[in-house]
Amino acid sequence: MAGTSDLDVAYVARLARINLTEEEAKVFQKQLDDVLQYVEKLREVNVTGLDAAAHALPVFNVFREDAPRQWFTAEQALSNAPRQAKGLFVVPKVVE
Amino acid sequence: MTENELAVLSIADLQLLLRRREVSPREVINALRARIEAVDLDIGAYLSLDIGAAIKEAEQANVDLPLGGIPIAIKDIINVMGQPCTCASKILHGYRAPYDATVIQKLRAAGTIPFGKTNLDEFAMGSSTENSALKSTRNPWDLSRVPGGSSGGSAAAVAAHEAFGALGSDTGGSIRQPAAMCGVVGLKPTYGRVSRFGLVAFASSLDQVGPLTKTVRDAALIMNAIAGHDPQDSTSLNEPVPDYASNLGNDLRGVRLGVPKEYMIEGIDPQVKRAIDIAVKQLNSLGANIVEVSLPSTEYAVAVYYIVATAEASANLARFDGVRYGFRAENPKDMLDLYSRTREEGFGPEVKRRIILGTYVLSSGYYGAYYLRSQKMRELIRRDFANAFEKVDALISPTSPVAAFKLGERVADPLQMYLADIFTIAANLAGICGISVPCGFAELEGHRLPIGLQLLGKPLDEARILQIAHAYEQSTDWHKARPPIAASAGEGMKTNPGPTHEPFNWRDGF
Repeated sequence: MAGTSDLDVAYVARLARINLTEEEAKVFQKQLDDVLQYVEKLREVNVTGLDAAAHALPVFNVFREDAPRQWFTAEQALSNAPRQAKGLFVVPKVVE
Repeated sequence: MTENELAVLSIADLQLLLRRREVSPREVINALRARIEAVDLDIGAYLSLDIGAAIKEAEQANVDLPLGGIPIAIKDIINVMGQPCTCASKILHGYRAPYDATVIQKLRAAGTIPFGKTNLDEFAMGSSTENSALKSTRNPWDLSRVPGGSSGGSAAAVAAHEAFGALGSDTGGSIRQPAAMCGVVGLKPTYGRVSRFGLVAFASSLDQVGPLTKTVRDAALIMNAIAGHDPQDSTSLNEPVPDYASNLGNDLRGVRLGVPKEYMIEGIDPQVKRAIDIAVKQLNSLGANIVEVSLPSTEYAVAVYYIVATAEASANLARFDGVRYGFRAENPKDMLDLYSRTREEGFGPEVKRRIILGTYVLSSGYYGAYYLRSQKMRELIRRDFANAFEKVDALISPTSPVAAFKLGERVADPLQMYLADIFTIAANLAGICGISVPCGFAELEGHRLPIGLQLLGKPLDEARILQIAHAYEQSTDWHKARPPIAASAGEGMKTNPGPTHEPFNWRDGF
């Protein structure tokens, strides 16, 4: 169900692991088509020779000592799990 | 001093009373509790509040520490150990933070009491707090209007004197815009100035934590506590932290301020424009030189922002899959079903929309046209600011082109909602700092609605924009104005036009 842009909401939602109802997909398609049409204006700009920037004051090669330190116990790490057993997260069977 | 008189104090004034032992931290907590009981059913600023924990901390507080015994409300996207951290999303239902964010550790080290978790747009995605899946928050100046967003709960809590100060997070204006709409001060620090460790990530290259307060001095005091390098955040800057509160004067002689000509757009509300024009004259009369500057890439900022922010969000929110924390869909038939239904049922519409857009702009064949191009555009936006800052010390503009709008007025059209962020988002893309300070009121339907003046500063120049904002603030009375609901406790109860709310739950918001 494609709209005015290349975006196929139903397909991308599957990639993003989000189930959508047909109604939702239809509404999002229209809204995101509008957004993508708006961002088309970026094509007007010549970006050749520009480096991608992500930081006003770039920091590079941030290293720390590779040393063990106190952090969560297994119990703390599991404390918010929807399901857990024997110190592990429990999920549906993945392999037969 | 009555509880109500106590609740309306600034942090700086409260600090004096606490140090002189004229009030106790316990009395301060009680005063806030009374305010919340009187007004928060109307305002809806808080999602959760563990009053027992706050009282226990108050009893052990050391009032001789820099912010000893002062409660600070926390946007519910920052981890506070043992408290819920919902991000105003169903997908984090039941989650309790197993650790303190670095900003919380720093606040505790300065003596403050983290007090209550405030409402926001789900995962900070929005400009009105209407995208909260848990609660609606109302503007204390007019309960039929939004508080702005995404840090709308923090802004409304401070404006209604249900908090002395609060932390928010700002990815595209989420501290400054609600501060403007609620008539309080909001500071977005330079990217890397404040640690993001323990802030739930929305767009990692844009997010910053910062204060929302009643006065500029209070914002400086909170910045003194939270700024600085953190080895746990590889993007945090290892630069010295000045005493932001020490040089707040009233004189602006020699200060050069720039008005970006591209910001004088058609969509600015005439009342907002008028207030900004008067504020500019006021700054000039305090000694500042005002010049026009140009930021030629302004018209592309919103488009660049919504590509970069959604791309990063789609990656960051992949972790909410129903496996390790929070909500999980019932009876999944396999892993794929578990992921897809957990995310279907757990996320609200705006979050889904942004994840889908972000996934698309990062997908094979589109990455170069959208994401890479946008990252390059950021360099142009950064250069615009660098060029402007060769001529001026700070830039001035409205924080938002409009005053607070009605609840429900803009939810149907996401693009229109995004365009309202025009003045705030470029600062996040360039990584520079910005502050919003109250500069007047619009009159709409018999209500006074606050207007915010934005000052943008050079990277790591928070001290300067705080100084300018302070000098301006002290020359006006705007920061002394109180919303009707804060004039006396309980007054707002009679004026609530909205639906009846659940009774306030002291332990947990949902």
